[in-house]
Amino acid sequence: MPIDYLPILVMVVVVIAFAAIALTFSALTGPRRPNPSKLSPYESGMPPFGSARRRISIKYYLTAVLFILFDIEIIFFYPWAVLFRQLQLFGLIEMAVFVIVLLVGYVYIWKKGGFDWD
Amino acid sequence: MSLDPLVITIIEALVKSIVVIVGLLTAFAYLTLVERYVVAKIQSRIGPNRVGAIGPIAVLQPIADALKMIFKEDIWPAQADQVAYTIAPGIAVGTALVAWAVIPLNPSLTIAGYKIDFYIADVNVALLYLLAIGSLGVYGIVLGGWSSNNKYSLLGALRSTAQMVSYEISLGLGLVGVLMISGSLSLVDIVQKQATVWNVVWQPLGLIVYFIAATAEINRLPFDLPEAETELVAGFATEYSSLKWALFYMAEYINMITISVIASTLFLGGYQGPFGILPGFHWLFLKIAFFIFVLMWIRYTFPRFRYDQLMRFGWKVLLPLALANIFVTAIVMVVLGR
Repeated sequence: MPIDYLPILVMVVVVIAFAAIALTFSALTGPRRPNPSKLSPYESGMPPFGSARRRISIKYYLTAVLFILFDIEIIFFYPWAVLFRQLQLFGLIEMAVFVIVLLVGYVYIWKKGGFDWD
Repeated sequence: MSLDPLVITIIEALVKSIVVIVGLLTAFAYLTLVERYVVAKIQSRIGPNRVGAIGPIAVLQPIADALKMIFKEDIWPAQADQVAYTIAPGIAVGTALVAWAVIPLNPSLTIAGYKIDFYIADVNVALLYLLAIGSLGVYGIVLGGWSSNNKYSLLGALRSTAQMVSYEISLGLGLVGVLMISGSLSLVDIVQKQATVWNVVWQPLGLIVYFIAATAEINRLPFDLPEAETELVAGFATEYSSLKWALFYMAEYINMITISVIASTLFLGGYQGPFGILPGFHWLFLKIAFFIFVLMWIRYTFPRFRYDQLMRFGWKVLLPLALANIFVTAIVMVVLGR
């Protein structure tokens, strides 16, 4: 029932309030003596060159796509697992078929080197 | 005087939330001290023994640290994205705290005709809620790293994202076995069903997979690539100072407590104790303390993974292991007809 979630909402509000107070405190207390080199990005003492916002490696993108694929698989597992006592053998065979289809993809990605980082 | 039940629910939730948050902040403060003593012991040192020491224990050290942190300068880098830079630590610590809304800490008590539940909310998708909140935690790190406009921060944030999404899959799959045994997603139900036998008896591999994946989720050594000091200065937190930095630190420690409490609740029977000799919460406390000690022990014993090793381990070892665990559980349950 939606009313069950009301306490969670209350806690979220309390947590937001806490975070807001902490961040405000952080801005108000303590000294404020900015100077250009203090405010520039830290690069181990060297003068910073260029922006940090540049194009990033394709590997991160690949990992993200793989994550979406397998995360959806987990979502299918959860209701199945909760009902497993009722499904018994039928559930086992159903899930075996599902996972075999998925394993074909998994082996393909493995062989293609999708899990290797170099 | 009778109050609207809705108002009572809200007041109750408000009081409980504040108690839980204050408790967690205190636990965080003293956990930093405990960790310093544990590492001191492992490395044959003495550890902090100056600030307000009672005997060899510096009981006031966390308070001194906090005060020092509050009165440090809060630096706002000129090229940072100011809004994201400010709220990122808030998101990190916020997601770490709200996960506690669904965790049962003690059996329900009845005092003076009034039933007190030691959880904030008992929802029927509690476990999904925990996973969802855990996934949100990455936003704090990514926003913090990206908005700083610092190359170390950005690299730390990127590594963190890739690592967290990779290990989240094994983390989710590691818990499926528990669901099959319990037949429920509500943590209150799961704990109550472990009154006789703890889930770890049937799911030892599930616990190991979960614990390794969770260690990677919270970026603890040997998986602390996002803030690897030797390569990335301080990773996503490089540009942060003052309380903002403390909030990131706080998030990390509270996440440590959170994964320990989830492992205790799902695998070690939560507040259920074997002989009924101690009240519920004490058992939960001991179990949490055990897992936290293991986390610290691992941290100061193993060297850091290399990044390619980390990704390979997550996808090629942990994921098949978690899947195999589910199938062995399913086959055993069908064969035994349970």
